[in-house]
Amino acid sequence: MSNLVFDGAKGHDHGHDHEHDHGHHDAGEMKIYGFWIYLMTDCILFASIFAIYAVLVNNVAGGPAGHDIFELPYVLGETACLLLSSITYGFAMLAMHKGNKSGVLGWLFVTFLFGLGFIGMEVNEFHLLISEGYGPNRSGFLSAFFTLVGTHGLHVTSGLIWMAIMMYQVSKHGLTNTNQTRLSMLSLFWHFLDVVWICVFTVVYLMGTI
Amino acid sequence: MANSHHSHDAASHEPASHGSFKSYMVGFVLSIILTAIPFGLVMFPTISKVATLWIVLIFAAVQVIVHLVYFLHLDRSAAQRNNVIAFAFAGLVIVLLVGLSTWIMFSIHTAMMAK
Repeated sequence: MSNLVFDGAKGHDHGHDHEHDHGHHDAGEMKIYGFWIYLMTDCILFASIFAIYAVLVNNVAGGPAGHDIFELPYVLGETACLLLSSITYGFAMLAMHKGNKSGVLGWLFVTFLFGLGFIGMEVNEFHLLISEGYGPNRSGFLSAFFTLVGTHGLHVTSGLIWMAIMMYQVSKHGLTNTNQTRLSMLSLFWHFLDVVWICVFTVVYLMGTI
Repeated sequence: MANSHHSHDAASHEPASHGSFKSYMVGFVLSIILTAIPFGLVMFPTISKVATLWIVLIFAAVQVIVHLVYFLHLDRSAAQRNNVIAFAFAGLVIVLLVGLSTWIMFSIHTAMMAK
C-alpha cells in the first residue's frame, strides 16, 4: 500500500504513506466539498453586485452609457481568453488523473498565460476608461460597472496567484494527494469564474449595447 | 509505472465527476457556439431588439448550464448530490436577493415618478 503514490511524489511523501490510503482521500473530498460551499457564497456576493448594477445601470448622470463605451470585439477577445483557459485547465486535470506531471505543468502554464492575457486586457480597458474621464467616480453606472467587472478581475488575479503557487508545488513535490486536492479546488474556482464571466458579458456588455 | 498507480486512484475517486477529453471538448465547442451567436446578434443587429435580448438571455442561461455540467461536472450521481443541493440553495438565495431587490428598487423608482 505504501507505494501507491504518483511518480513525482516519490521520495517526498514518506510522511503521508501510512495515512493517505484511508482518511486522506475522504478528507480531500470533504475539503473540495467545503470549497464548493465557499464558491456558492461567492455566487451570492456576485449576485448582490449584479443586483446593484441592475439598479444603477441607468444612472449615467449625464456621462456615457454602456453603448457609448463598450467595445464588443475587445470583450469578445477577453471572453476567448477565459474560455480557452477553461478548456486548457480541463486538460491539466485530465493529465493529473493520468499521473502525467509534465502534462499538468504544461497545461497549467498555458492556462496561466490565457488568464494573464484576460487580466492584461481588462486592466488596459479600465486604464483607457479612466484616462478618458470615465472612472468609477463619474456616475452611478460607472461605479457599479467598475465594482462588478473589477470584483471578477480580482478573483481571476487571485486564481492566477494560486495557479503560480500550484505550478511551483507540483514541480517541487509532484502530484501528491494534497496537490491533487488543491488542483481540484482550483479547477472549481477557475471554471466558476468563467460562469460568472458569462453573466458579466451578457448582463453588462451585451445587454448594455443592445 | 504511472499507469499501474493511477488505476488505484481512479477506482477510489468517483469516475462520474472527472470528465473526459471528449466531455471537455463537447463543453468547449458548445460554449463557443453559445458565445458567438449572442455576440454576433448584438454586433450585427439583424432582428428586433426585444428578440435579441431574449436570445442573449436564453443563450447565457444555457451556457451556464453547459459549464456546470461539462466543466464543473455537476450531475445526478450520488457523489455530486451534496454539491447540487448546495448549488440549488444558493440559486434560491440568488433569485430572492436579485429578484426582490430589483423589484423593490424599480417600484420605488416608479412610485417616486423619477421618470
